[in-house]
Amino acid sequence: MSFINYSSREINCKIVYYGPGLCGKTTNLQFIYKKTNPEQKGKLISLATESERTLFFDFLPLALGDIRGFKVRFHLYTVPGQVFYAASRKLILKGVDGVIFVADSQIERMEANMESLDDLRINLAEQGYAVEKLPYAVQYNKRDLPRVAPVEEMNKLLNVNGVQWFEGVAPTGVGVFETLKGVAKQVLLELKKHY
Amino acid sequence: MAGSDLVMHDNEFQKIDGELQRLHQQANANVVFLVDKNGQLIASAGDTHNIDTTSLASLTAGNIAATGGIARLLGEKEFTILFHEGEKDNIHISLIGQRVILVVIFGQRSSLGLVRLRVKKAAEALARIFDEIASKAEKEKVEGGKSADSPFAEISDEDIDNLFK
Repeated sequence: MSFINYSSREINCKIVYYGPGLCGKTTNLQFIYKKTNPEQKGKLISLATESERTLFFDFLPLALGDIRGFKVRFHLYTVPGQVFYAASRKLILKGVDGVIFVADSQIERMEANMESLDDLRINLAEQGYAVEKLPYAVQYNKRDLPRVAPVEEMNKLLNVNGVQWFEGVAPTGVGVFETLKGVAKQVLLELKKHY
Repeated sequence: MAGSDLVMHDNEFQKIDGELQRLHQQANANVVFLVDKNGQLIASAGDTHNIDTTSLASLTAGNIAATGGIARLLGEKEFTILFHEGEKDNIHISLIGQRVILVVIFGQRSSLGLVRLRVKKAAEALARIFDEIASKAEKEKVEGGKSADSPFAEISDEDIDNLFK
């Protein structure tokens, strides 16, 4: 659910990073935070456990610039990936405008990816959304690790609808901005359809 | 897209701002905020210079969402009021019409009783304004009309690419 404010001339949209535990959702946000100018970003908030696992969510507000005199703001959220935080994940998807599914490319994490994708579908459906109808992209993260599945295979398993996908190495930023841009563009084009 | 976007025009914003200013004054509050349930700041009144309003909005919405989750587990529809007491400042959070969250931060110049009383009045007025916004949006949807000064009307791929330079 976007918030378009004609009074302050602002457009606010919400993008959620989804995916299994330790797939690199928070790392995506940290890289974006590191690489944006101070005047474009707010604080990166991480509600995490002592061992730096996401407990509730990470949040990063990003003001990218202007379109036709309107300030465009994206609010980036991550969900906690660990299976038992299911209740929290549902909450964060509320009012989402676009989703980035971060998949872990390591072969042994394929099952976790599929489980998380199912979980995403169920949680979106509960709110009347469908992955097919939402601005959505997939990032195959951790491409630099030794035992990774080929992209073609991952597409077969995790991207049957053939949506936009990107290869990523989040700690060094490979694919990070490309993925964000991919979904941000879809979100804005979706808004264009309605307003 | 499920749910509807929140579109606010200048006259509605002025009305909301007026209500918040009044509440800020009458409740002797430090700051008053209005946040939507998804964590986006709608408006504020009072001294916001030293406060990171964006983060506060997002965390407040998370707080309300988590509390709502707890409520449902207990068979309650929603807990409509949250109150956090600090050493110097306190925060009173209330849900208005299932849609927006009203946040009042107050110190020793005020009291919980006063804040609750004033919030109740302001909540009624704000609920009416948001009902108006909702019915207007519904009407526009039916008519399929697009706002004349819509920023999206002529948005191009190039505009979007420029955001990421």
